[in-house]
Amino acid sequence: MSTSARRQRITVEDIGDIAVVQFVDKKILDEQNIQMIGDDLFRLVDELGRRKLLLNFSNVEFMSSAALGKLIRLHQRMQQAGGKLILCGIADSILTVFKLTKLDKMLKIVKDEQTGLTSF
Amino acid sequence: MSDRHVNVEMSFPSDLSEARRIQADLVEALQSNGYGESHVFAIRLAVEEALANAIKHGNQMDPGKHVHVTYTVTADRFDIRISDEGPGFNPTEVPDPTADENIERPCGRGVYIIRNVMTTVDYIGKGNVVVMTKLRGDPE
Repeated sequence: MSTSARRQRITVEDIGDIAVVQFVDKKILDEQNIQMIGDDLFRLVDELGRRKLLLNFSNVEFMSSAALGKLIRLHQRMQQAGGKLILCGIADSILTVFKLTKLDKMLKIVKDEQTGLTSF
Repeated sequence: MSDRHVNVEMSFPSDLSEARRIQADLVEALQSNGYGESHVFAIRLAVEEALANAIKHGNQMDPGKHVHVTYTVTADRFDIRISDEGPGFNPTEVPDPTADENIERPCGRGVYIIRNVMTTVDYIGKGNVVVMTKLRGDPE
């Protein structure tokens, strides 16, 4: 519904030239939600010209393969734009999904936000 | 210990929010039977992926079509059968999403994830029925 579509799904903090993104939801599952999060993230790149994105997953407890697809598209978009995407704060259980699908080889994943900030 | 054996049978229209409600009950049943955090995560993930496949790819989000779910939770094992009203598919034809040529594809990981987190997975008939088991004794 429209109220659901408008609610905030990410928060963005600028630390120097790095946009640090936190997820509001603990579960990243349904298509509409993932689409909205994706739109917000792509807007950072395409409209706001951000070239260093640090996605902090420390608030996220569960996500499905649909969210992985969106991260892959964001990674590809960042590469096209000459930017860099880094993921951090991923819970061990979710990290096993990245490893299982070998996306840990394609996406840059670091332990925590502090490490991420010094990894660009 | 009290017997916490849980047996559920239900049908619901092709709506992803219905799938979320099933998972909340399922997680509660697993936890009350003493399943550890990583097993609960694995089962929940497999069920999420299988229900999403049934609703999106099987029933094509058609609200006139239903998904049928039967599951059992005991202290030793979890069994679930999920069927949709779609045309089915051949699981052997799903490309390996971890292959170099597929790794950057944004879709096609659900079946692979299910196979890797559950103890056994079988697609029955034309492929519109999936039967999955997770043994509690599997390494966490």
